[in-house]
Amino acid sequence: MSLAKRIIPCLDVDNGRVVKGVQFVDIRDAGDPVEIARRYDEQGADELTFLDITASHEDRNTMAEVVEQVAGEVFIPLTVGGGIRTSPDIRHLLKAGADKVAINTAAVNNPGFVKEAAGRFGSQCIVVAIDAKRISAEGEPARWEIFTHGGRNPASLDAVAWARKMVDYGAGEILLTSMDRDGTRAGFDLELTRAVSDAVSVPVIASGGVGNLEHLAEGILQGHADAVLAASIFHFGEYTIEQAKCFMQDKGIEVRL
Amino acid sequence: MANRVAIIDYGMGNIHSVTKALEFAGGDTVQVFVSHDAEEILRAERVVLPGVGAIRDCIAEITRLGLDEVIREAAQNKPFLGVCVGMQALFEHSEENGGTPCLGILPGAVHTFATDMIDPASSVRLKIPHMGWNQVHQSREHPLWRGIEQDTRFYFVHSYYVTPAGEQLTAAVSSYPRPFAAAVAQDNIFAVQFHPEKSHHAGLALYANFLHWDG
Repeated sequence: MSLAKRIIPCLDVDNGRVVKGVQFVDIRDAGDPVEIARRYDEQGADELTFLDITASHEDRNTMAEVVEQVAGEVFIPLTVGGGIRTSPDIRHLLKAGADKVAINTAAVNNPGFVKEAAGRFGSQCIVVAIDAKRISAEGEPARWEIFTHGGRNPASLDAVAWARKMVDYGAGEILLTSMDRDGTRAGFDLELTRAVSDAVSVPVIASGGVGNLEHLAEGILQGHADAVLAASIFHFGEYTIEQAKCFMQDKGIEVRL
Repeated sequence: MANRVAIIDYGMGNIHSVTKALEFAGGDTVQVFVSHDAEEILRAERVVLPGVGAIRDCIAEITRLGLDEVIREAAQNKPFLGVCVGMQALFEHSEENGGTPCLGILPGAVHTFATDMIDPASSVRLKIPHMGWNQVHQSREHPLWRGIEQDTRFYFVHSYYVTPAGEQLTAAVSSYPRPFAAAVAQDNIFAVQFHPEKSHHAGLALYANFLHWDG
C-alpha cells in the first residue's frame, strides 16, 4: 500500500483550442479541450496540465473559461501554466477551478513572486516550471542552465541550484523540462531529472522527450521522478494512459489502475 | 425535504472544486451554497468545512469571521464533513507554523511528516507534500464508504496528518510510509485528509454518500 506515481497528459491550448494535433481516432472535435480532458480522464489520467500558449495577454481570459468548463465535469487535479505573472492571474485561475498553477518566466524575473504566491495561496498550488538545457561539454561533469520564454532566453542560472531555491521560496512541486529532449521522442534527460529530484524535498514531474512507454518507466526508476508528463504519445493515440500504467506496473512501479 | 449543503467560506478553501463536485454528485436534488454567514450556515441540512494552505491562517480567518462557534454548533447536530485542512482544524493542536491551537472539537493532534523518509520499496527519498493517489484502507464500516471498494485510491496533497487520540475515531488509514489517519468519524462528523473533489468516481461517490447521510 503506497503512493502511486502519476501520469500527466499535457495539452497546449492556444486561444481556447487544443493545438499540436491531438489525434484520437473517434473524437468529434480534436481541438475541444473539454472533450479531450474528458477522454484522458476516462483513460485514467492522474492529473491534467494545460499549457496556455496564447500569444496576446488580452485573450488569456479564454484559458480561465476552458478551466471552468473542464473543472465542472472532470474531477481530477488540474494544473495551468503559461503567462502567469501576478497574484490576480493566479486567483483568477484558481477561482475558475484550477488546483495548481505553473510559474516559469515570472519566477526567474522575480523570485519573490513565488514566495508571495506560496504565502497567499499555499505551496500546494504553486508549481515552478523549469526549462533546463545542458551546457556542459562532453566529458565534463554534467551541468544544466535554465531558459525562459519557451527556451529562447538563457537566464544564466544553474538548474539544480534554481530548483532548490524555488523550493526554499515555497514551490510545492517542480515541473522539469529538458529543452534538449523536448520534441525529440528520445526519452527524458534522466541525469537531469535525477539531479533535480534528488536535490529537492518536493515532488518532481519529469517532462520533455517521451517517445515510448519505456521512457515513462525510466523517468521514475532512473530519474527518480514522482510523476511523468507527456503530450504526443498520448495525443496521437499511440498509447492510452491505461496501457502506459499497465506497462509501468509490470516494471514494478506503483500506479493507480 | 430540502437538502441544503453549506460550504463554509473563510477565504482559504478550494471551495470552487468542492462546490462543483458536490453539485455534480447531488444533481438537482441538492442545493449547494458557499457562505460565511452564521445563520445561513446553520439553516443548512449539511455542512462542509474545506481547507487548503497554512493552518494558522485558516484558524485565524475562521476566528476573525466568528465561524468557530458556528462550526462547533454544526459539528454537534448536523451531518458534517471536514476536508484536508478542514479535517485538521477540528483537532486540538497542530505542529504547523511553529505550533497552532485548533478548534478542539475532536481529540488529537496534527503532526508533520518527517523530512528524511525513505520509500522502503525503492530506497528513494519520499517527497513532502504527500501528493498524489494513495490507497485508503477503510478500518471500519461507515455509511460514507457505501459502494466504495476497500483500498480505493484517493487524491492527497498535504504535509501534515492527524493523530487522533484513541483508535475508535479512525475510519480509514493510508501509509506514507507509516500508517496515518486518512479519515476519522464520530457521531455526525466525518472528516477526510484526501480531496474527494479531486478523486474521480470514488470521490464523487463519497460526496453522494454524504448527501444522503443522516449523521
